[in-house]
Amino acid sequence: MSAEPAQRSRLWRSGRSRSLTLQAGFSLLLLLLLAYIVDRGSNLELDIGFLDQQAGFAISHSWLTDFDSNDGRVAAYLIAVSNTVRIVFVGIVLATIIGVIAGVARLSDNWLVSRLATLYVEIVRNTPLLVQIVFWYTAIFLKLPRIGDNRNVFELVFVSNRGLAIPWPEPRTDAFVFWVAAVVLALVPAYLVRRARDRRELETGETTRPNLYGVATFLGVVAAAFVMLGLPVEIDTPALVDDRFTQAYVGGLSITPEFAALLIALVAYTGSFIAEVVRGSIQALPPGQSEAGMALGLTGYQRTSLVILPQALRSMIPGLTNEYLNLTKNSSLAAAIAYSDLFQISSIIINKAGHAVVMFIIVILTYQAMSLTISAGMNLLNRRVQLARSR
Amino acid sequence: MTNRWFFKFAVLAVAMLSMLVIACSDDDENGGGSSDGVLQKVLDRGELNCGVKESQPGFGFLAADGTRSGNDVEFCKAVAAAVLGNANAVEYVPASAADRFELLASGEIDVLIRTTTWTASRDAELKGDFVTTTFYDGQGMMVPSDSGITSIEDLSGATICVTSGTTTEGNLDDQFTARGIAYTPLSFESDPPILAAFIEGRCDGWTADKSNLAGQRAAYPADAGGSDAVTILGETLSKEPLGPVTPDNDSQWHDVVQWVVFGMIQADEFGITSENVGSFVANPPNRNIARLLGAGWEGDAAQDFGLGIPVDFMQKVLAQVGNYDEVYQRTLTPIGLGRPGSLNASWLEGGAIFAPPMR
Repeated sequence: MSAEPAQRSRLWRSGRSRSLTLQAGFSLLLLLLLAYIVDRGSNLELDIGFLDQQAGFAISHSWLTDFDSNDGRVAAYLIAVSNTVRIVFVGIVLATIIGVIAGVARLSDNWLVSRLATLYVEIVRNTPLLVQIVFWYTAIFLKLPRIGDNRNVFELVFVSNRGLAIPWPEPRTDAFVFWVAAVVLALVPAYLVRRARDRRELETGETTRPNLYGVATFLGVVAAAFVMLGLPVEIDTPALVDDRFTQAYVGGLSITPEFAALLIALVAYTGSFIAEVVRGSIQALPPGQSEAGMALGLTGYQRTSLVILPQALRSMIPGLTNEYLNLTKNSSLAAAIAYSDLFQISSIIINKAGHAVVMFIIVILTYQAMSLTISAGMNLLNRRVQLARSR
Repeated sequence: MTNRWFFKFAVLAVAMLSMLVIACSDDDENGGGSSDGVLQKVLDRGELNCGVKESQPGFGFLAADGTRSGNDVEFCKAVAAAVLGNANAVEYVPASAADRFELLASGEIDVLIRTTTWTASRDAELKGDFVTTTFYDGQGMMVPSDSGITSIEDLSGATICVTSGTTTEGNLDDQFTARGIAYTPLSFESDPPILAAFIEGRCDGWTADKSNLAGQRAAYPADAGGSDAVTILGETLSKEPLGPVTPDNDSQWHDVVQWVVFGMIQADEFGITSENVGSFVANPPNRNIARLLGAGWEGDAAQDFGLGIPVDFMQKVLAQVGNYDEVYQRTLTPIGLGRPGSLNASWLEGGAIFAPPMR
């Protein structure tokens, strides 16, 4: 009497038929989706020939090279990549320093230090990054003196809302190659001296100061090179040049307010997250580590730098990798304040030449390449740290 | 029991997703057919999705109290009045310089009326069809009045602020390179940060279409000196004909938008305004006016141009929005863009505003 419904429900409830039906359904769906994409994709022009044409626009921020609007779009793209790499590289270094300091400071016994670090982390972490970037740009850097006010320090450093112009070393073309060779050569005796003293310390137990002697040897060779070759670089000092109606900085290194605002905002923002990663990793260590350091009579600085941080680094690395990747991707907010990053220049190219899909694929691949490079580097570091532990 | 519920739910989900995919591919197959064109979509929806600017007084501006004004906004209303009989049946979609053509191509907007310059590469490559020119603009340069700069040549070594994602960057480079003037561009995505940077002296000049500059100058903040603190140089760096854009390859919809604009220009020529349109309809003085207004003439029925919209569409446009000149006087004259003597005067007065015959 109840046989028939029981059987039907068995079929419904049988794991095998259920998974088969589901798989068939999803396969069908996937096929339809694939067919749709192929159908759409077949109409796309994926030719990248347009990249060879003249750019036809100028770029405000370029580094290492001079870009001219007659150069190709490829050159514009490469400058854009170099601008993004520059902000990401400097940003990661500074954000790590700020983050580690703030993270350690939050755990400080000093009330003022820990509260200041908490204040920094909580304010910066809880405000949108775009807001911070625009704030730094419009409320801080644009409010600097105008270029016409000619604010400078001994005619060497100039400050205005056009930028910060500072003296910058330019490699001397005649002597620079020899200098590179001299520095490389100086590393060899320095390494040998350091290793020899290191061994003696291990064997005899006397204090040999291997690092000090290594550095001294290096500096000695470099000093000898200086006597022979003179300075490796010439210092290029900036100057405020008046055209008839306009002024500009010429020479030296100019840090534009756009670069500075983006950098500071990215560093402060990412630094606040890194601080939390650092704090979490330190707090995850057993308290015995710190107590053992105290029992050995290590100072607070020695405990942190010799015992706590090296061990916390292991659990820090995955979190740090995330923050570095976030910084890389967040750098694309540059367009809001006219910094010529990868995304901004690509948008200009798209607007002038069309080919949005191709250009976006290139942009995506470029960000992917940068992110994967960072991930690979961090994974390598991670593996080394983990190996050290297992040894 | 829960397993069974899960199974039913999964089957349902798969079925719905499949239907969605099938519906999508169906859409694709009929894409070219007129039954699926933008006109039909607008009629079905009962509302026109119009891509506009929100930050440019005189053309497309969203005031703090939520009201929209500007020449572009008026043309959105005119198209809605013609197609739907109601000038207020418009859903305004803010379109940025960078995403406007994507919005158009993806169907999120039915028509783009956002100070868009008609160029060959945009027409051909960017998947839009330009309708006709509603305003002849040109790229200009704005400088602080106290800078002493009186011409482009004075801007040697200058930093120039530019709105990114427009033809302005290319024109700027063409003009400065041709004159051998060194400059540094500073490309911003939208106008508000440029205004901040320009006020603070980050750049020596601000280049954009003159219409845009006139609007910015009219609304220049009082604490930065007001309108008199800035001057628009006389030189024009480029031809910038602005007009509506419709999605690519939809000629029916393109014709509708085009003839609404032409109708407004023609009405201006005939002297038909929002105030007197009623008497012209009741008693058309000649056959051409009767044709324009979709009114009968000497016993003949009104002529249908075959646009697919009601024959009396111009009556609604004129009654609810007005003719070309009325719109112009309402939106552009107040910001200092006078009509007489410019390219935007009627062809009868030496300008370039002209409509082909409506018959």
